[in-house]
Amino acid sequence: MDRPRSPRLGPAMHELSIAMSIVDLALDEARERRVTIDAVYLDLGPLSGVVADALRFSWEIACQDTALQGSRLLIREIPVEIHCSTCNANRTLDSVQWLCCPVCGTPALEVIHGKELAIIALEVRDEQPAAAPRSA
Amino acid sequence: MSSQPRLLEVRKNVLKQNDLIARSLRDRFGAQGTCVVSLVSSPGAGKTAFLEKTLTLLHPTCRVAALVGDLATENDAIRLARSQAPVKQITTGTLCHLEAAMVERALAEWNPGPLDFLFIENVGNLVCPSSYDLGENLRLVLLSVTEGEDKPLKYPTIFNSADVAIVTKIDLAAAVEFDESAVSANIQAVRPGMRQFSVSAKTGAGIDAWLQFLTGEVRQAAAN
Repeated sequence: MDRPRSPRLGPAMHELSIAMSIVDLALDEARERRVTIDAVYLDLGPLSGVVADALRFSWEIACQDTALQGSRLLIREIPVEIHCSTCNANRTLDSVQWLCCPVCGTPALEVIHGKELAIIALEVRDEQPAAAPRSA
Repeated sequence: MSSQPRLLEVRKNVLKQNDLIARSLRDRFGAQGTCVVSLVSSPGAGKTAFLEKTLTLLHPTCRVAALVGDLATENDAIRLARSQAPVKQITTGTLCHLEAAMVERALAEWNPGPLDFLFIENVGNLVCPSSYDLGENLRLVLLSVTEGEDKPLKYPTIFNSADVAIVTKIDLAAAVEFDESAVSANIQAVRPGMRQFSVSAKTGAGIDAWLQFLTGEVRQAAAN
């Protein structure tokens, strides 16, 4: 199942190598658990440095010629959540361009969510066991 | 016929492999007493000039070396070698960023000896390198005065992933009507509390403050 990272797949988009990492991890899981994967569920935060659209675009190429060919990638985008030390509360932010508490304006030194880049679930089917040899 | 689909819960950090290698690099550097500093910026922001100046000034008193990543050419390594410090080029081909495994591989075939500081110059790119831990103690993001004060707002993720911002080419600040307070406000907006230095590799302005910070605070923090 291992295939070389082809340089022909194109430069300057690290989402493709991220997609290939996701495929590799999912393939490991499929082998270990003896299942066929129909879909991969991913949590993605805006501070991960990975763009959902570019990842979706890369998915098909990354799955090519692997057991994941034809599978779906389902991305749940996780908003940035910070802890505000002034309010002593967690706050969700609309933008990564202003990491401050939306209520009191205190700069956020503690980011709780938003860096996620993780496979959280797989939609799988059990592999059909090969027909058992008939006992004599 | 295949069986019914079902949902299997897993939790796998996609960059686990990179993070594991980065952690082992960090442990190795820590045990050797080497402080590792990486540099990211857009192409042409002045990483190589800044690094050449830093290496040249540190070389007489500290053991320093540099790894430099580029899509192609060894030009940067040749430039940096003028500092007399050991330099190794990593040519990434079409890859837009360095990964921990590339650093590990480069170190397997290149031994600069015991070091106080190892610098890793990433490929010029403000997007892709942000996701990859290279085992560094300190990540610098560089921004030149000619790039516009809103760069941190346009690339918040890389600024958020970095520890220190270096504003470069300040000898050109007046010519391009650079607004230093605006850039500071933008840096602080995307990465509250971020340390900032303004430097010119050409005139040497601001370099002393940076080196003092590096050889004092940073080195001490890395040693602990």
